[in-house]
Amino acid sequence: MAEKLFGKAIKRVEDPRFITGTGNFTDDITLPGMVHAAMVRSPYAHARIRNIDASKALAQPGVLAVITGQEMKAAGINGIPTGWLHPGIKTPPHYAITPDKARHVGDIVAAVVATSRQIAEDAVQLVEVDYEPLPAVALGSKALEKGAPVVHEEAPDNVCFTWSIGDKASNDAVFASAYKTVKLEIRNNRLVPNAMEPRASLAQYVKASDEYTLWTTSQNPHIHRLLIAAFIMGIPEHKLRVIAPDVGGGFGSKIFQYPEEIIVLYAAKKLNRPVKWTARRSESFVTDSHGRDHQTVAELAVDQDHRMIGLRVETIANMGAYLTTFAPAVPTYLYGTLLAGCYKTPNIYCHVTAPFTHTVPVDAYRGAGRPEATFLLERLVDVMAHQLGQDPMEFRRKNFIQPGDFPYQTPVALVYDSGNYEPAMNKAMELVGYHKLRQEQEEARKKGRYLGIGAATYLEACGLAPSAVVGSLGAQAGQWESALVRVHATGKVEVYTGSHSHGQGHETAFAQVVADELQIPMEDVTLIHGDTGRMAHGWGTYGSRSAPVGLSAIVMASRKITEKARKIAAHLLEASPEDIVHQDGKFMVKGVPDKSKSFFDIALMAHLAHNYPADLEPGLEANHFYDPKNFVFPFGTHIAVVEVDPETGKVRLLRYLSVDDCGPIINPLIAEGQVHGGVAQGLGQALLEEAAYDDEGQILTGNYLEYTLPRADDMVQIEHDHTVTPSPHNPLGVKGIGEAGTIASTAAVANAVLDALRPFGIVHLDMPYTPRKVWEAID
Amino acid sequence: MADKVRIKMTVNGLEHHSEVEPRLLLVHYLREALGLTGTHVGCDTSQCGACVVHLDGQAVKSCTMFAVQADGARVTTIEGIGSVGSLHPVQEGFWEMHGLQCGFCTPGMIMAAADLLNKNSNPTDAEIRHALEGNYCRCTGYHNIVRAVQYAASKMQGKVGVAADD
Repeated sequence: MAEKLFGKAIKRVEDPRFITGTGNFTDDITLPGMVHAAMVRSPYAHARIRNIDASKALAQPGVLAVITGQEMKAAGINGIPTGWLHPGIKTPPHYAITPDKARHVGDIVAAVVATSRQIAEDAVQLVEVDYEPLPAVALGSKALEKGAPVVHEEAPDNVCFTWSIGDKASNDAVFASAYKTVKLEIRNNRLVPNAMEPRASLAQYVKASDEYTLWTTSQNPHIHRLLIAAFIMGIPEHKLRVIAPDVGGGFGSKIFQYPEEIIVLYAAKKLNRPVKWTARRSESFVTDSHGRDHQTVAELAVDQDHRMIGLRVETIANMGAYLTTFAPAVPTYLYGTLLAGCYKTPNIYCHVTAPFTHTVPVDAYRGAGRPEATFLLERLVDVMAHQLGQDPMEFRRKNFIQPGDFPYQTPVALVYDSGNYEPAMNKAMELVGYHKLRQEQEEARKKGRYLGIGAATYLEACGLAPSAVVGSLGAQAGQWESALVRVHATGKVEVYTGSHSHGQGHETAFAQVVADELQIPMEDVTLIHGDTGRMAHGWGTYGSRSAPVGLSAIVMASRKITEKARKIAAHLLEASPEDIVHQDGKFMVKGVPDKSKSFFDIALMAHLAHNYPADLEPGLEANHFYDPKNFVFPFGTHIAVVEVDPETGKVRLLRYLSVDDCGPIINPLIAEGQVHGGVAQGLGQALLEEAAYDDEGQILTGNYLEYTLPRADDMVQIEHDHTVTPSPHNPLGVKGIGEAGTIASTAAVANAVLDALRPFGIVHLDMPYTPRKVWEAID
Repeated sequence: MADKVRIKMTVNGLEHHSEVEPRLLLVHYLREALGLTGTHVGCDTSQCGACVVHLDGQAVKSCTMFAVQADGARVTTIEGIGSVGSLHPVQEGFWEMHGLQCGFCTPGMIMAAADLLNKNSNPTDAEIRHALEGNYCRCTGYHNIVRAVQYAASKMQGKVGVAADD
C-alpha cells in the first residue's frame, strides 16, 4: 500500500518561486503600452465637491486623462453593491469615484492616468478640487447621537441597520433572577488588515473582441467578476476575465470589490491601453477596508452553582462610510451567532446597531465577527470567575457543552455538530504547566513582579457555508465551491479550484489529497486557481472555507475520476467493475494481482479510446459542485503568559501555547503556520494595533510610522499541539484553521494582561495595551 | 522633469549602464528598469523591509536610496543570491522550515537574514529577532522565520540538519 500523504509535513511546492524572487504578483506584471493611474483622494472626512478643475493636470506632458465620478456615472458605471442584506438595511450608492461628496479621508474624488506612475502622482497634486468641508463623525456611538453629521441622506439617523438575536424579555427575566452578574464596556479596537502586498489592479481592454482582463490582488476573483460584470458595468461575465495571480496575503481585506478595480477597467477602455494602479502603503490605510470597531456593553449572568444562565450583548458596529462586500454579515451572523462559544448558556440576547460614519468602510478581517464574540465572552468568563473566587479554567470546565450534548442546538441559531472541549483545555493546561505557573505568579508578585496568565477557549463556525442557509440569512451569494479534475493522456493531473491561495499553501495540501485519492505521485498533480478564464466557477477563500468546502469539491471530483477509471480498467481487464480494486496505484482484478492496469494505462486509453467501453465517453475529467451541509466547528484553548513592568507599563509576552482542534490535519507544517500567523495578528490587536481617528474623522495612525504591527521581537516561539475531532459531514472530516489563532489570541493575551494587573484593582482596559495605557492605569 | 543622470551598476554580476531620473528610487530601478521584480515594495516609510537588497555586501532598504546613490555599486538581489538547484542556505532554510506563507516579505527577509549570518554566524534566537526588526511579516508570526535562519546558520557552519523542533 502506497504511503498516504494526508497528514505528512511535506514542504511546500509553491515555495521555490517565492524564495528565488520569481513569484508573480500583480504589481510585477508589465504589459506593452501600459499606463498608470493615481487617485485624487479627499483630505477631508466629509466635504461637498463644488468643482474639479483638471486643466493644470491635463496640461502636464504624459498626463492622458483625469476621470471624475460624474463622468463614470454618465458613462453608465453603477455603484458597488454590497453582498449581504438585512431587512430594512440602508444601501446608499457607493460609486468608485464619488460624484458629489467625499465621505471619508481617502474617498476617491478623481483619478489621473499618465504614462508613468511618477507623472500620475505628480499630476494628482495639480487637480484642483474645490471642497466645501462639512462636519464629520468618526465614532459609531457619536454617529447615533441626535444632530450628528449625516453620512448619507438615505439614512438620516446614520443607522444602516439594526439586528438582534434571542428574546429580550426572557433574557431580562434571567438577569433579574440571577445569582450574580458582571458587566463590561468593551471597545473592540479598529484595525487595518495590512497584508504585506499592497493592493494593485491592472486592466486591459481588447477592442476587437470587446473583452476585459483584470489582474487584481484578490482572494476571490470570481466574486469580482460577478459583481463587476452583472452589477457595476453590465457586461456578460465571459467578457471579463479576472486573474488573481500570486497574492501577498489577504486576511479578509482582499475579499472586497474595491473602487480602484472599476476605475482601471473604465480607464483601460477609455484610453484603449492597459492601466495599472498600485497602492502606496499609506494609501492602503485609507482605502483597504478596516476590521472590528465595536463598542459593546456585555453582561453575563450565573446561578448559585456558578452556571452561566444568561448573556446580554448590546453592540454598536461601525460600518464606516460605505457598505463593502460582506460588511453587514460580520457583526451579525458571524458574531451574534457565535456568542454561545463553548458554553451551555441557555439564554442569549444580542442587539446590534450599525451606523454609518465618516471613516473607511469596515468589513471582514481575519476571524470576522468571531474574534469580537470570543473576546467579549472570554473577558466576561475571566472576570466572572475571579469575582466568584473560582479559577477561570475550572469555571470554563463547569460550563462547557459536554461530548454527549452533540449535535447541540445553541440559543443563537447554530447547531454544533461535533466538539469535545475539555480534552483540548486539559492538554493546554498540562503542556503549559498551568498550576505551577499560578504558583510562580504568586511568588513573583511577592517580589514585585507582575506575571499574568490568560486563557481563551474558543469555538468558531467556519467553512462558509451551506448556500441555502446563508441565502436565508441575507447573503447575495452562494457559498458552495467547485472543482474540476482533468487527467491528461500522460496521467498528469490538473486540478482546478474556485478556492484561492494567497499564502495558505493549497498547491501543496490539495495536491497531497488528490495524490492520495488517485494513488499517483504528488508531482503529477498541479493545482490551478485564481483565474476565471481557466476555472469557470467559484466563490474564493475566506471564512476558513478552503479545506472544508474547496477541497471537499476536489475530493468528490477525484472520486468520480476513480469510478470512471475503474470502469475503464474493468473493460481492459475483462472483469466487472465491482471486481476491480484500486490499490498501490493500480486497478487490479480482485484476487488476481497480476491482472492490473496503472493509472497511466487508463489515462492513455481514456484519451485514445481504441479499446473502450461502449457506454463511456472518452476522456477522463470530472467536475463537482460541493455545497456543505453545515458549517464546521473548530475549537481549542490558548494560554498566554505575560509580564507587565509597572515602572514603564510595557507588556512582554513570555509564553504562548495553543491547542487547536481543526479535525484531521492535512499538512502539519501548513496548519501550524496558520496558527502562528493568526496568533501574531491577534496579539497585534491586543498589544499594538489601532486605527485611531480624531473627532473630525482624520486618521491618526495612517502609515507604518504611526500604526504598529508585531515585529519579530514582539513574538516568542509558539508552543502548539492539537486534538482531533473530525467534522461529521465532509468527506475528509476536515475543519478550518486559518482564523483560529486570531480568534483565540486577542482574548488570551488580554486576559493575561489583565490578570497581571489584577493586584492593582484593574478589572478591564480597552486594547491595545500600550505601555502608556497600562502605565496610566497603574498610576 | 530633471535631467537624467548616467549610472553604472553591477547587479547580480551583470553590469548595467542606464540613464535615470535623479529621483528614481533604487527599488524602482531594479524592478522597472531591470525587470528584477523579486524585490518588493511593501510600504512608503522604510518600515517593512520587503525591498532589502545587498549593496556592496551590506543589507540596505532599496526604497530608501536613489538609484544614483548606487552608481558604481555592486548590488545583489534575491534573484542573485541563489537559484532553484543552487539555493543559498537561507533560501533553503525558508523552504525547509516553512518560513514563508504568502511569499511577499520573503525576498527582503531572506536578504536581511543572509546579512545577519554574514556578520554573526551563530546568532541566538534573540539576536535573530533583533536583526529582523526592520522586516515585517504578517503571515508567519516569525516563528518559522527564526527557525529558517537557525537552519541556515547550522548549514553554513557545516552542521548536518537542525533540531526537529524548538
